[in-house]
Amino acid sequence: MQIPVEGFMYPNEVELQWSVLIVLYPFITGLVAGAFILASLERVFRVQAVKPTYRLALLTALSFLLVAPLPLQLHLGHPERSLEMYLTPHRSSAMAMFGFVYLWYLMAVLLLEIWLDYRYEIVLRSQTESGWKGLVYRALTLGSSNVSERSLHIDERLGYFITLIGIPSAFLLHGYVGFIFGSIKANPWWSSPLMPIVFVFSAMVSGIAAVMLLYMLSTRLRGKQIDMRCLDTIAQYLMYTFIIDFSLEMLDLLQRIYEADESFRSLDFMVHTRLWKSQVIIQILLGTVTPIALLGLTQVLKFSDMARKRIYALSGCLTMIGIFAMRWNVVIGGQLFSKSFLGYTSYKMSFATREGLLTAIALMILPFVILWVLVKLLPPWPESEHLSGSAAAPAHGTS
Amino acid sequence: MDISRRRLLVLLPAAAVAWKFVLAGTPDAAPNYKLSEHWWAMLIDIPKCIGCGSCVRACAEENDVPEGYYRTWIERYHVADWKIERPEVESPNGGKQGFPAHAEDGGKNFFVPKLCNHCVDSPCTQVCPVGATFVTPDGVVLVDKSYCLGCRYCVQACPYGCRFLNPKTNTAEKCTLCYHRIVKGLTTACCEVCPTGARQLADLKNPKDPIHEFLRTHTVQVLKPHMATGAKVFYNGMDGSVR
Amino acid sequence: MSSIIAAWKNLGYQRALRNFGRRTRRAGIGSHLFKDIEHLVRLAAVMAIALVAFVLLRAAVVPHSFGQYGHYRGAAIGEVASRPIAFAGHETCEACHTDVVEQKKLGKHVVVACEACHGALAKHADDPSSVHPKKLDTAVVCARCHEANSAKPKGFPQVATADHSGGLACDTCHQPHRPKIETEKTETAKMVTEGKK
Repeated sequence: MQIPVEGFMYPNEVELQWSVLIVLYPFITGLVAGAFILASLERVFRVQAVKPTYRLALLTALSFLLVAPLPLQLHLGHPERSLEMYLTPHRSSAMAMFGFVYLWYLMAVLLLEIWLDYRYEIVLRSQTESGWKGLVYRALTLGSSNVSERSLHIDERLGYFITLIGIPSAFLLHGYVGFIFGSIKANPWWSSPLMPIVFVFSAMVSGIAAVMLLYMLSTRLRGKQIDMRCLDTIAQYLMYTFIIDFSLEMLDLLQRIYEADESFRSLDFMVHTRLWKSQVIIQILLGTVTPIALLGLTQVLKFSDMARKRIYALSGCLTMIGIFAMRWNVVIGGQLFSKSFLGYTSYKMSFATREGLLTAIALMILPFVILWVLVKLLPPWPESEHLSGSAAAPAHGTS
Repeated sequence: MDISRRRLLVLLPAAAVAWKFVLAGTPDAAPNYKLSEHWWAMLIDIPKCIGCGSCVRACAEENDVPEGYYRTWIERYHVADWKIERPEVESPNGGKQGFPAHAEDGGKNFFVPKLCNHCVDSPCTQVCPVGATFVTPDGVVLVDKSYCLGCRYCVQACPYGCRFLNPKTNTAEKCTLCYHRIVKGLTTACCEVCPTGARQLADLKNPKDPIHEFLRTHTVQVLKPHMATGAKVFYNGMDGSVR
Repeated sequence: MSSIIAAWKNLGYQRALRNFGRRTRRAGIGSHLFKDIEHLVRLAAVMAIALVAFVLLRAAVVPHSFGQYGHYRGAAIGEVASRPIAFAGHETCEACHTDVVEQKKLGKHVVVACEACHGALAKHADDPSSVHPKKLDTAVVCARCHEANSAKPKGFPQVATADHSGGLACDTCHQPHRPKIETEKTETAKMVTEGKK
């Protein structure tokens, strides 16, 4: 265990406990919450412009939510015991309670909403498709093939209600992850009442950017025309959310610098040395200031459709990198300094081990594989909706 | 409500067994030991510590502590002049082989043995998602090896850095205050071998315990009091520079 | 009185049903409500089954002693307490090695536990004839306590071993159980170390 230590660290602190997989986990749940908030923009806040991305956002959220427990399972010393969290949850533990928040969000919000929204297509396909696909659709109908106008109307009303409670549920899902870190008084880099809020806003930013990029990519792959009004609206929401997120993070930083408490010298040194590249260069300059500036430019100056698309794509990619860097700086950064404030260690990320870089890359690719399967099963494209029979299926957003 | 019915299903068979145990409060292995009659703590007398490392070695031998991990360790402090906010600290291999020869260099120099503080309001217990780490009725914080998930949330939550993940069992581990010894009337391994009496076990429920008397009559401190963990390892003669 | 309440409740129920009937008729569909929410009822049934399965699983799998003293497996206390002991404790050693006890009483090492130097010997205490303690290398063992270090208390006996003994094992001159050297021995010790130099 030859990990170079600078200064003094408590002997048991030298080896990092939470690896890149634990960086991945808040990143993934953040995408879930953010994608769902984007979907709710249309459903609850009647922002008609983003309707083309509604179903895609929901499926994206589901793909990532299904992958979310995997980095945790791979990290555990005894993953075979993980059911204990549901059987004997320790009510004072944020981690234990999160198991139920996750379950609630998966079952009562996301799966239910997707099922209700797609039920007409599911019933139709269960009657027309054959083979294993038909089997899947028939199972999804739960044996009920009623698609009368009133049943669909009930579905729509219920779906609205679920999205309504889904918004605070999405905030709870990712705010909770923030609380898991923010409630640790032993670690001054994490301990902050702002942590859940910063996590929620950065989650929204990453989720919106992810759906925006996926929408652009999938439309391009299908050879269709991008709805610019939709894209412009999404980019606008991305910018405003990002400004709020950045302000919160800067507020935390400014307060720390001003108050300069016991931990400040040590943390300041850490940011200036070990976290310089990942925090100042990648997260702040490249990953936050640049996208905000680019998006701000599109609001102030007039660009052609092609130019705007390129700017949005660039901003989206930089945003995703920036938010990942933020998770890295929180999780890894919080373990690089000693709780004695007298020293630092290093993170030696392995490559092909259970908690290595290769595993992290595989876990990031997996949601897109799942999304591909979901998109084949339940096409989210606007033109597919016409197949459902516009007369029978009431449009969203109408009471 | 669902929850109370579920609890009853689990507690009813346990209640019959528990009744006997609650009254007697004894772990199977020590039939004469009553949990409710003890409240364990420790006193570390810093001016007496000579940094020999006997405690670290004894603990490792008594408890099969893997190499490179420490249930207890010793830190050597050097404080130049009045600068108590900038001490120089070292702990070569946790102090296991003692410390190398060191000539006089002015300033304050002393050793600080550290271990789990067996906190009353233990933050590690608070964050454990499944109840694998807990405070016993006699005040010792233990880990249930067969229940721990190895999530390491407790390691993050401990302000003192006394927990680690045992790579052989893949569960969290830390000082148990030699629970298997103290329930049988022995003292902890570290206190047994300490040649100067710098480490002494204390039972705060024992009226005749000399350490209890010491705590009442001397100026003692705990580590990181601002964390309000209810730490029960008390330090006599501790300098303000100690982290 | 109760019959009046019952009748009133019945009236309210009938009124609600009539209103609902009016509303559904206004919607233009005459089908029963149940048929239109059948899929939701099925979903609720699936969830109820899952919940029951969970409760049964929990009753079967959660360890019996869980919750005995608090939110943990009560049996764990016993498990930790039943770990085998490695250090016998000086009282056990003193029961047999009375000669050493007498010798130690005369010197400063009376406060030092036997196993502090000799290591964990519970196995030897259990079976003295077959388990023999290892011979100690005093050059290593004694230096751990007595090597001069500015962090050691000033009154504590400490030497810079390189200058003090020139690399000789400490038990050349010192008897570890009664470490203070008598006067003639001190002269001999001085001659030995000076001779070496």
